[in-house]
Amino acid sequence: MTAKVVTITSGKGGVGKTTATANIAVALAAAGERVVCLDGDIGLRNLDVVMGLENRIVYDLVDVVEGRARLRQAMIKDKRLPELYLIPAAQTRDKASVSPSDMIKVCNDLRPEFDWVLIDSPAGIERGFRNVVAPADLVLIVTNPDVSAVRDADRIVGLIEAEEKGPGQLILNRVKIEMVKRGDMLSTEDVLDVLAIPLIGIIPEDENILVSSNRGAPAAMDDKSRAGQAFRNIARRLKGEEVPFMSLEDNKGFLQKLAARLAPRPNRSGG
Amino acid sequence: MSNFFERLLGRGPREASAHTAKERLQLVLIHDRTDLPPAVMDILKDEIIEAISKHVDIDRAGVEINLTQTRRENRLVANIPLLDAPGGGRKRRR
Repeated sequence: MTAKVVTITSGKGGVGKTTATANIAVALAAAGERVVCLDGDIGLRNLDVVMGLENRIVYDLVDVVEGRARLRQAMIKDKRLPELYLIPAAQTRDKASVSPSDMIKVCNDLRPEFDWVLIDSPAGIERGFRNVVAPADLVLIVTNPDVSAVRDADRIVGLIEAEEKGPGQLILNRVKIEMVKRGDMLSTEDVLDVLAIPLIGIIPEDENILVSSNRGAPAAMDDKSRAGQAFRNIARRLKGEEVPFMSLEDNKGFLQKLAARLAPRPNRSGG
Repeated sequence: MSNFFERLLGRGPREASAHTAKERLQLVLIHDRTDLPPAVMDILKDEIIEAISKHVDIDRAGVEINLTQTRRENRLVANIPLLDAPGGGRKRRR
């Protein structure tokens, strides 16, 4: 058995790459898959805090690449799930400490022991981007429905195609259903028209994401989180399941909305 | 429902900003993808007109040169109306 290497990237910063990586990893691991996450954002590591593993770091990716630690020593086990590991980025080094061929080697060493290697990317299209794309079997592109994020995503699509890793699949993150309905936010269809790449998930805007980052427990662990549900759907699609994209519309009438507001927690699902 | 209230308050339907966003994106991305900024397009257009005019009379005002896209494939599409040869040729039908 050999792992599939999936790189999560975006071009623009702050669109939710790290959140997406952590949540997809948790969702895959919760479904019984063997998962290792690699933080490719050297110098600005964050995947560790989002996953809640920051206090357990001893060695990092650069220690492995430079031979100060064995791969196993740098792998932090997430004890909440059966088979989920993190290899953190170095915090005090820069992107140039790792080369694309180093990344390919690390991933090849991980492949026999896992089902999935998920790589979180740095923002931008420079050295760090080439590092994380080099070992990828599949690239997921995260964007938000705003003009700057979509424009940068398009640039990434072009670069991925140039590296023959394309076309990549799209995660549309932070969709505000109410704004889309008013015509004040690009819809999923709009973004797909513009970018012309396959869609793998739509994540609704959800306050649980910030709450879960605060706690270091990704929203995909929470059955009630809409965004968490949407990330679990992405995990199922990665595994090859046909999961319909659930409509983000809620067609409830006024009374039902009122009832839902009075009820403790409406269990709505996302895409 | 919201339309009703908008009419009641005398507010006309506002141009949806998502529509504007999509149009602006489609335009800017065509230029991004081809690395051909609008200003260079204007120069290109003038040069094409000059080159073709050397050999045949064209209706300069009617020339249209646009970048278009289908999926991720981009194309330069030129529409160049030709003028009748003076004296010679057949009459143009209107």
